[in-house]
Amino acid sequence: MNKAKFFRLLISHSILIFMAIIIIYPLLWTVGASFNPGNSLISTTMIPQNPTLDHYRELFAGSESLQYVQWYLNSLKISIFTMIGAVICVSFTAYAFSRFRFKGRQNALTLFLLLQMIPQFSALIALFVLAQILGMMNSHWLLILLYIGGLIPLNTYLMKGYMDSIPMDLDESAKIDGASNTRIFLQIIMPLSKPMIAVVAMTGFTGPLGDFILASTILRSPEYYTLPIGLYNLVNDVMGASFTTFAAGAILISIPIAVIFILLQKNFVSGLTAGGTKG
Amino acid sequence: MQARKTALLLSIVPGFGQFYNKQWIKGFLFLGIAISFFLVFGDLLNMGFWGLATLGTEVPRDNSIFLLAEGLIAVIVTVFGLAFYYVNLRDAYKNGKRRDENQPLSSLKNDYQNLIAQGYPYLISGPSLFILIFAVIFPILFSFALAFTNYDLYHSPPANLADWVGFDTFAKIFTVDIWRSTFFSVLGWTVIWTLIASTLQVALGIFMAVLVNQKDLRFKKFYRTVLVLPWAVPGFVTILIFAGLFNDSFGAINNDILAMVGIDAIPWLTDENWTKVALILMQGWLGFPFIFLVTTGVLQSIPDDLYEAARIDGASIFAQFRNITMPMILIATAPVIITQYTFNFNNFNIIYLFNGGGPSVPESTAGGTDILVSWIYKLTLQSSQYSLAAALTILLSVFVIAIALWQFRRTDAFKEGA
Repeated sequence: MNKAKFFRLLISHSILIFMAIIIIYPLLWTVGASFNPGNSLISTTMIPQNPTLDHYRELFAGSESLQYVQWYLNSLKISIFTMIGAVICVSFTAYAFSRFRFKGRQNALTLFLLLQMIPQFSALIALFVLAQILGMMNSHWLLILLYIGGLIPLNTYLMKGYMDSIPMDLDESAKIDGASNTRIFLQIIMPLSKPMIAVVAMTGFTGPLGDFILASTILRSPEYYTLPIGLYNLVNDVMGASFTTFAAGAILISIPIAVIFILLQKNFVSGLTAGGTKG
Repeated sequence: MQARKTALLLSIVPGFGQFYNKQWIKGFLFLGIAISFFLVFGDLLNMGFWGLATLGTEVPRDNSIFLLAEGLIAVIVTVFGLAFYYVNLRDAYKNGKRRDENQPLSSLKNDYQNLIAQGYPYLISGPSLFILIFAVIFPILFSFALAFTNYDLYHSPPANLADWVGFDTFAKIFTVDIWRSTFFSVLGWTVIWTLIASTLQVALGIFMAVLVNQKDLRFKKFYRTVLVLPWAVPGFVTILIFAGLFNDSFGAINNDILAMVGIDAIPWLTDENWTKVALILMQGWLGFPFIFLVTTGVLQSIPDDLYEAARIDGASIFAQFRNITMPMILIATAPVIITQYTFNFNNFNIIYLFNGGGPSVPESTAGGTDILVSWIYKLTLQSSQYSLAAALTILLSVFVIAIALWQFRRTDAFKEGA
């Protein structure tokens, strides 16, 4: 029995350590690359012989083709406004769907379910053509609006499911005490939906950071780029030529996001599965 | 004639039914709104519907694409107009009915209070609806409409007009040889990619979660943190890093790892099949942590009593796993698992950022590893074949919706069985 247990644990640890190496290797390699002198992939080693901070300096030098700080700010702006917009739109709409029985409610819910299935890039051609004709190319606000629109259907569904699980008695006793609908929403429903709001906020914030397709369709000039497009072009303009600089840029964006994700992972998963199964 | 019928008939002109019911203020309101609707939108509606029907008749005066956009906006405005018209008809009918039954008519004050009380949900969901209409519904309608035109590089404004061609583009996808073969090879790879990549990440995630969750395993916290890393680092960053690692001539995988084991360099980015292998492996790497997280949550919520009881009944570890652990995981994570499949079906980022859908295939607009989404992207942005791209978008949406609906019904059945 003890022998069997020993082997089971040994095998488990071996598999896990193997996986850990596979996961950590590319990440460490990137860190190494960012300190490597030179620009290309060829000489890149995981532990550089003459480590240098040149690539980090280059990021902040602000040259025409590498406006890293600007991209960072653009991404931050788009993410923050998308997050705020999505939280406001989604929570109010979910409140309406969860607590009121109004005409068109069922139809609207079906519409949301349907829209959530149609991938947003269905609109890609329209966006490309219209943005070009209407001179909305490079407009961050158009992009923010599109992101918010894309987040509404699914997240409203999840949020509504979550709010449905908050007992109605709470609202009713507040109503008897004379609280208005908006007050009930702000003081009772909102605080109780915090885990789900955290999920929506996080999807709102990270969604734009992961999007390449819409942003690359609309943003065309380097000074308007978001980080994904900027870094992609950095790697692909002259393939391999500025990989080390890309690595430095990638690290500066990955670390803050990874920290947030790891700190909030519990909220994220519990909110998502709760809303998902009750939806 | 009954008052309700007269009122209904009269309010074919908005407001007149209300006048008949002697509700003067409301009548003027309805009439006023109707008149201003036509004053404000008259031109747009006129121009819009004409444009929608013809897509323009004269170059360079008419711009087919503008006309199409205007036409669709006209359609949306018309829908709102009809909704208002319906409210008007209903109001007249209702009050007419009250007169028939000799009940007092609803006063304006009453109506106003009603509107405020019932209008609250509309008021707070209004902004979302507005954003949805202009940021999601309108562009989707526009894309879909393009599929029925011949809009491409040779039929584009300002030099040329586009025209309605009905289902021609769809027919061409299946009849023109090069289009058909490209379509089916892309579709085939999309399906294979979705099935293999998603299954790999789901299986790996569940396996890892079960492994880490063994009661007597040490360093749990360390393993959990490491295993979650691929989820925490932004996806586009890791995909681009992998593109570097897999680089045929300079990448660390060929130069360091495979060379160390004594295997010759593998053409990861230039051979279609190897690119596919690399993509699937990468998606497993990227996608399993999320399933891992969700499954870990489920595993921690399974009560120990269940296993206790099973042990007393003499169930082996494998029997416990098969009859307790696995069903619990599958039931709780089914919705999440399904989203992995739909996500990968449209997983543009990994395909495009890794190798641009390449390596390229001669005489084809799609690369060897392009899935439907990335092919559509290329058709739109690189070769300006808008109508073909739009037609493919429709086919793809129909496909996705059909599968999603089918799966939703299956999971519901799944939940009831549990």
